[in-house]
This record gives sequence, C-alpha cells and structure tokens, in this order.
Amino acid sequence: MSALAGLVAALASGRVKVVDLTHRLDPDFPVIVLPPEFGQCARFRIEEVSAYDHRGPAWKWHEITMNEHTGTHFDAPCHWISGRDVPAGSVDEIDPAAFIGPACVIDCSAEAAADPDFLLQPAHVEAWEARHGPIPAGSWVLMRTDWSRRSGAAYLNMAGDGAHSPGPSAAAIEALLARGIRGFGTETVGTDAGQAAHFDPPFPAHYLLHGAGRFGLQCLKGLDRLPPTGAVLIAAPLKIRGGTGSPLRVLALVEEGQ
Amino acid sequence: MTEPLAPPPRKDPRRRTRVPTLPPAARSRAALGLTAAAAEGRFALQVCAECGAVAWPPRDACAGCLSVQLVWRELPPGGEVLAETAIHASPDPYFRERLPWRVGTVRLDAGPSVIAHLHGDVARGARVRMAARLDRAGQGVLIALPEKDTPHMEDDPALRALTCHPRHRRVLLVDGRDAAAPAMARALRAAGAAAVWAGEAEGWRGNPARAALAEAGAAVVPLDITDSDSVARLAGEYGGRIDIVVFNARHLRPGGVMAGNGIYTREAFDVHALGLMRLARALGPAMAARAADGVNAAAAWVNILSVWALIPDPAFGAFAAAQAAALSVARSLRGDFRASGIRVMNLFAGPIDDEWHQPLPPPKLAAEALARELVRGLAEGAEEVWCGDVARDIRERWARDPKVLEREMTGGGR
Repeated sequence: MSALAGLVAALASGRVKVVDLTHRLDPDFPVIVLPPEFGQCARFRIEEVSAYDHRGPAWKWHEITMNEHTGTHFDAPCHWISGRDVPAGSVDEIDPAAFIGPACVIDCSAEAAADPDFLLQPAHVEAWEARHGPIPAGSWVLMRTDWSRRSGAAYLNMAGDGAHSPGPSAAAIEALLARGIRGFGTETVGTDAGQAAHFDPPFPAHYLLHGAGRFGLQCLKGLDRLPPTGAVLIAAPLKIRGGTGSPLRVLALVEEGQ
Repeated sequence: MTEPLAPPPRKDPRRRTRVPTLPPAARSRAALGLTAAAAEGRFALQVCAECGAVAWPPRDACAGCLSVQLVWRELPPGGEVLAETAIHASPDPYFRERLPWRVGTVRLDAGPSVIAHLHGDVARGARVRMAARLDRAGQGVLIALPEKDTPHMEDDPALRALTCHPRHRRVLLVDGRDAAAPAMARALRAAGAAAVWAGEAEGWRGNPARAALAEAGAAVVPLDITDSDSVARLAGEYGGRIDIVVFNARHLRPGGVMAGNGIYTREAFDVHALGLMRLARALGPAMAARAADGVNAAAAWVNILSVWALIPDPAFGAFAAAQAAALSVARSLRGDFRASGIRVMNLFAGPIDDEWHQPLPPPKLAAEALARELVRGLAEGAEEVWCGDVARDIRERWARDPKVLEREMTGGGR
C-alpha cells in the first residue's frame, strides 16, 4: 500500500484522527491590544451580502474583513523587522511543503495556571526531551498552556501594566532554534508572553523566530488534545501577496494510541 | 403649580401602542426663520432693517414701510398675557389627543402681540418669558413660560410636548468608554432618566471606567457600533425600550489629509459615519414606532459632533472629514425621523479636555460642561447645541462667512 493510501485508510478507519486547533473567526474574539497611537489589529467583521432575499434570491454570502493577524493565525518571517530580508519570507513565497510537519507539545498548563506570567525556559525544554527524546529538526513546537479555555477579559488578562499571559523566554527560543525547529505555536494571542515588550530583545519569539526564517502559530485552541510527540500539523496560510501572516485552519493528524 | 410627572406604569400588553401624530407642519419660507431660531433655543423675531419695526407673524415685507429687509434677530423675551382660552374641540388629530389645550395672547415687550401656547403656571395678566421651541413636527412655535422658574415646570404637558426632557426616559449612551460618559450618565440620571445603558465594545479588553459608570448610575451593555452583529443584538434586546440615544462614539487620531494614515481614516469613518448609520438602521424604526408611547415615549437622537464637522482644522483633517460625513448622516436622519416626531439633536463641541486633545491649548471642554449642555439641549428640545467657547465662536464665524472662516482655519505658517 502506498503511503497516501495508507493514510487515507487510517483516516477512514479512524486510526488517524483529525483534530481542529482553530478558534472560530468571531467579532468577539480578542486581538492584540497596542497603545492607541499605533495602528491596530483589525477585529474580524462579517456583513451579510444577501441571504436568499431581494439582494440575491437564491444564495447567501458574507463579506468579511480582518487583519492578517486576526484569530487563529500564522506568522511569516516578514512579519517582524528581523525577518524583513529573509528570502521567501512572505506567506505567498514560503515553500508549501513547510506547511505540513510534525509537532512536539510541551505541556506548561500547570505552570501557566499557577503563574499567568510563566515563561518557558531552556530547562523546561531539556526536561521535556529527557522524557520524550530530542526535538527533531523541522518540528513545530507547541506550548500548551490551556489558555485557549479562557474567554473574555481573562484571555488577554490586561492590567494597567499590560497583558499577563505565558510565553517563551528568549533563551528558550534560542534553544529551540538550535534544534532546527520549523516554528513555535501558542494558545495565547501571540507567540510571545503578555509582558514580552519588556524582555531583551523585546518580543523575543517574534524577533528570534522570524529573524531565523521560522514561523509562528498563535491563538491555537485545545492543545491538550495532542500527544507530546507524533502529531502532524497541517497549517497552510492564505496565499496573500507579500502577506505577513494569515488566519488559517490549523489541523492536527493524531494516530490512535499515541 | 405643575403636578410632578409620575413614573409611567408598565405597559398593558393588550393595548396597541399609540401611533405618533404631528401638529400642523406647513409653514411659509419666511416663517421657517422661527424654526431656525427655535432649533437653537433662541427667541427671535423679524425686525425691519429700515424702520426697526418688529414683525409678527413672519412675512416677506415690513407692514410699516414695505421694506423686504426683514432680519431675524434675538429680542428681549418678556411679555404680558392679555387673554387666555382653552380649546375643547379640534379636527386636528394631534390636538384632539391632547384636549383641552390652552393658548393665549401675549403682548411682547418687543412690540407685537402674539398668540402662543401657555405653560400651565401662566395665568391671564401674568408677566411671562417667551420662548421659541420646536414642536413635534419640527417647526418653531412660541410658548409663554412663567417669568421665574416654578417647581417641576418642565413636567407641564404643554412644555413637555415641545421638549425631550430625560425625566422617566431610558437613555442609551453609545460609548461607555468615552471619557465623558460617566459625567453624561450622572447628569442624565440627575435629570430623572429612568435608566442609562452605556455601550461597551470589546469587553475582552477590560474597562477601567466600569466603576465610574456604575457609580454614575449607568448599566454596561455590550455594543460595538463597528460590528453589525453586535448592533443587531443590542437592538434585539433593548430596541423597544430606548427613548433617547446619545451617540457619543469618537475615533480621533491626529493627522491631516496628506500626512494622515489610511487605516485611521477608515476607522474614523467606520465609527462616525457608518457606525451612526448602522445604529440608526437598527434602533431608528423601533424608536419611530414608540414616539407617542406615553410619558416615556421615544423622544430624541443626540449626536455629539466635533465643530470641525462644519469646517475642518486641517491638522485633524481625516477626523474632520468623518465628522462632516456624520453631520450629513444626522441631517438625513432628521428627514427619516420627521414623520415620527423624534428629534435629532446635534451637539457640537470644540476640543474636549481628553487625551487626544492633550497638546492643544485651552479653552477645552470639560466632561461636566458637555454633560450639562446635553441635558439642557434635551430639556429645551433643541436641534443644534453649541457647546463651549470654541464651538460657539466657530458657529458665529461660519454663519457670518464660511469662506472667511475657511481661510482663517487653513492659515499656514502655524
């Protein structure tokens, strides 16, 4: 049996399950909040064009507007100043083979529950590898925090001194880049921690990942449904000319018994 | 003495909601000068520029010297009631619903004798203060008010029919995040509003002003005027209960036309012009249907606009353009609401003392002043309210000569 025929059979039998890691595009879903004098991330908006009525008797359709970084979305290298000169750094130029790859899931849910400002450190990566083996080159590394269970004001967790949500330290991102990862994904509004503007460098996940030509995934939903290793992520952004990112449907293939 | 207005009982669901009727609306073009004065709460009559005679009723030529130079001018409002009567029968549907209706003849200190509506606290022989007010048809009429304020005088039925007083009415304050929202909520509640709902967009951002709104007596409701779904949800839940809308949403980012930012400009239009239209489409029909619904009938739609809607400060060119668009929407809204008698009041403000006008020099408008003018405008049933020195100054210069004002505003060498 060919590899693809085997995959199709496994999908049909349910031995390989498809797990949806995507939030619904919804006007009420939070986006990153920046100081108001900066340009803002447009919220998702949906307007009915017609609904089987005088505006179009037999059809219904909507007009949608949003930012490239609204909802569950993909960050391309050219999103960040450090990645502006990365070759093929926009969503339309990235090799589509890069959109499918294995995922390693680091469970930080207990730590994030105890401390909303929890930071992933190299020691956590090493502890994970001690249990599950080395992170293979070309892997997505997903930081599970169960943050996607939060909703409303608890999601950004905004206070007078900014947002408080977990994320990676600069050292952790450097450690992951040394392992040749494909990208880094989170359940929070960005790949960086809520307080990452105060880190050195600021927003280290964005700065270091994109500078190295790697990708980001954020606003992922329900990473608790993935095994630590063995899942395959399908994360293909829209083909936007020069696009710095894109909302997308993130699917994971998970094999039974993992 | 005026009987204080009792809170309305809950509606009897078996009875049909009363359909709004309007008093006679036909006027000559000359007579619309009174409407223009009443729209701003000014008591003005025609004065002959040649012989100085005061004309009443409005006409095209002076009855004394036949001059056509009749100019609407503010006059001392004093007068004395010579005669009064009450009308007990009328073929007019509007007045039939309100009989008996008192009218009287008032000899004005300014000269002519006029027939006017009488406030309940005004008797024959009394000294009175005349006021020009808009009736439900949006036309100027004269009412004789007691010379000095009397207790609960705003509750008099003849006067309340000419105003949009917030007492016992329920108000939607569109943007609860606006810096002036708590002050406006407090002023509306102090004026007797039965409820103030303050819209809150993007609850997920958190809202530090919530405590201040609660303290001011406002309840927070989710409302994002840039999101049609959110507007539809609000209208579905509250549409039939909102008597006064105060559209105070504001998206101000500095920037002229050439140096401006395209996204900020689009956001400004999305809030001011499109947001106003979205909300009007969602709430307007229900309000129009409830314009005669008893004590707390739907009464007014208030737009808080920048005076730059009239003439831009080029340093805020994009914002001013969005404000001009909003003013145009507001004027169309007057036509849409005309048959219902819902009043569209535009409150023009100069720079407000908020974070977006921070580098501008005084005079700047305090939130409390804005709130005070809002309630005063509703209590007078005005259509145009000029709030603060800057707005009044620009209004005067604009009326005198828009071109001169434009040249001054676009100065150069600043």
